[in-house]
Amino acid sequence: MDISVLLSLVKIILVIAYLFGLFWVMGVKVRPLTIKGKKVNISLLVNLLGTIAAFGIIQLTLTDFGGFQILNDFDSGLLYQACTMTMVALGLNLIYGFNGQFSLGQWGFYGIGAYAAADVTYRWLNSDASGLVVLGVGVILAGVIIWAIGKFTSNLRRMPVLSSFTLYLLGSLVAGYVAILAGRWISPLINPFLGTNLAPGPLAQGIWLQVVFFLAVIFAGIFAAEVSFLFGLPVLSLGSDYFGIATLGFTIVIYTLMVNSDTILPFPEMRGGRGMIGIPKLTNWFWAFLFMILVIIIMRNIMRSSHGRSIVSVREDETAARSMGIDVAGTKLMSFVIGSLFAGLAGGVYAHYIGFLSPGAFDFLIGFNPMIIVVFGGLGSMTGTVTASFGWIFFLEGLLRDALGKISPQAPSWRYVLYPLTLLLLMLIRPEGLLGKLEWGFLKLPVIPLRKVKNEGEQA
Amino acid sequence: MNATAEKTPVLQIEGLTKYFGGLRAVNDFNLTLHEGDLAGLIGPNGAGKTTIFNQITGIYLPTKGTINFYGTNLVGFEPHEITRTGIGRTFQNIRLFSDLTVLDNLRIAFHAQCGYGLFDGVMSTPKFQKRENEIVENAQELLEIMKLTRVQNEIAKNLPYGEQRRVEIARALACGPRLLLLDEPAAGMNPREISQLMELIHFIRDKFKLTVLLIEHQMRLVMGICEHITVIDFGEIIARGTAREIQNNPKVIEAYLGKGA
Repeated sequence: MDISVLLSLVKIILVIAYLFGLFWVMGVKVRPLTIKGKKVNISLLVNLLGTIAAFGIIQLTLTDFGGFQILNDFDSGLLYQACTMTMVALGLNLIYGFNGQFSLGQWGFYGIGAYAAADVTYRWLNSDASGLVVLGVGVILAGVIIWAIGKFTSNLRRMPVLSSFTLYLLGSLVAGYVAILAGRWISPLINPFLGTNLAPGPLAQGIWLQVVFFLAVIFAGIFAAEVSFLFGLPVLSLGSDYFGIATLGFTIVIYTLMVNSDTILPFPEMRGGRGMIGIPKLTNWFWAFLFMILVIIIMRNIMRSSHGRSIVSVREDETAARSMGIDVAGTKLMSFVIGSLFAGLAGGVYAHYIGFLSPGAFDFLIGFNPMIIVVFGGLGSMTGTVTASFGWIFFLEGLLRDALGKISPQAPSWRYVLYPLTLLLLMLIRPEGLLGKLEWGFLKLPVIPLRKVKNEGEQA
Repeated sequence: MNATAEKTPVLQIEGLTKYFGGLRAVNDFNLTLHEGDLAGLIGPNGAGKTTIFNQITGIYLPTKGTINFYGTNLVGFEPHEITRTGIGRTFQNIRLFSDLTVLDNLRIAFHAQCGYGLFDGVMSTPKFQKRENEIVENAQELLEIMKLTRVQNEIAKNLPYGEQRRVEIARALACGPRLLLLDEPAAGMNPREISQLMELIHFIRDKFKLTVLLIEHQMRLVMGICEHITVIDFGEIIARGTAREIQNNPKVIEAYLGKGA
């Protein structure tokens, strides 16, 4: 066996071990320190420092020390891909694994996030601030309007879903219109500071560019979440299978819009089916790690709150959940929106890693990848999803491509034969997925100790 | 019956009718419950008892009629809204969240009263932590009352049948109900468990100041604890009264007890 193939294998094992170590250090409980007679709880500090250390380890291996670099550009690319895949798959696990709604729309929201964020930074670097202004004003205003309509309609009983959908849609369209006006008014004020593509101005470089990138990703995520809200509102009232078909349709619609983005949509810079080029490659390990950890923490905190439990109860038994006072439709919508938010964020990070967006990358067939990862890692296991995402990328794009590439240049295509077989094998051996519903470290839900009862012996 | 007149009416059902297509499942059903009542609803299989429960709890929309709960007409409310106004229920075929622990089953029922938003949960605010502790505290108290402390962290589907029934009652109580609807709580229980259940129903009614309406086939339980009983057959009321009156009613004997008599 070739040494590089062996190395790829070692990398998979190391990266999985790294993840487990990361979750361990993020959740480890340390005994309180006694400083000057006072007990100080330092667990949180240890967790934070540990997470930073975990970030630093990878950062060190990625740094080039004058020719000595442990992980090369190819490996760092795998890492960023794995981080974005983790975010997409975690969102899908929330929708499918925890809430039980079979959704194929995740890839569409990923695409929306990618294109939205890419357009913002692309325009920013080509002396046009309207991308950021329109998207920012639009998503914030739409969020406020949707919230206000929700407040307003909450005391109207049995309002038909399509009526409230119409209200929300009109509200969002108003927000969009105002945003476009705002873009027309505000962006000329910023444009002079942006310089041109060849000679970037003060706001188009350094720290400001990083801030714009961060905002672009966040706004792209919120944009995807708002689209998913409008889409999910009428569609989530369908039964599970029909919902799956509808979300598949959504992914195809998004794909079609991407292919025709320069003809039927007013975005010539997206260049339709030829693919969008010239997106600044701003994603580095810091951003990829930050967004991934953010998504993991948000997801884990939701799952251990009462809202997370209500999400799971809808998967377990809708009728019983209804009778326990849980707003089933609202809960489904909530998990769908949060899941899409994660996908949108992931899209933004991905676009700035790859630097080139082609509609082909958002085809619905590739959209099955997160679904496969979620099932592979275990429906309803966050640890499983994260591990499977990293394992998947490093196995498929790292090891298999490398190993098959040694045989012949055409052989890497065989990995689309090998991985379905791996999946089949796993489903036969372990149908509940690699980890089932198990969690590890930070992601583990606390087990509440039993309460002391006086007459325990009396129990039947 | 007049003795109860000064009490507040909890539930007033008038002219409740339900059609499933051409099938008339319930016809012109009337019932009034007063505070603290322990009432029974009996009838042969397919008489429409569970359909009545499902209409009270909003799972089915009545074709006609009104359901007044403390003066509010519940017709048109969503099931979760009805639960939040104070009606808890159990199911004929146990519907626990079977892959979750007993404690989680109860904690889910506390969701409507959780009192913090999604944001508090994500940020793990002090309010979130305080309310979570209170929820656990309350849930554990209920488990203790239902003698389920021991199985707190067991997966619900692994419990024996009788305990699953008790978890379901505990879960209904966790919703903070003023009216408790029990759908065949004694199904599949042995005589000893039924005696315990009778005690338990009495106990929780007094402890939580509940009004209880139950559907049951076990005559021993119905006759033993229900203060008044309504008998229905083919969706129509055929008799109502105390246990003794019911037992001697020829219509009831014909429709229901008649098989053995």
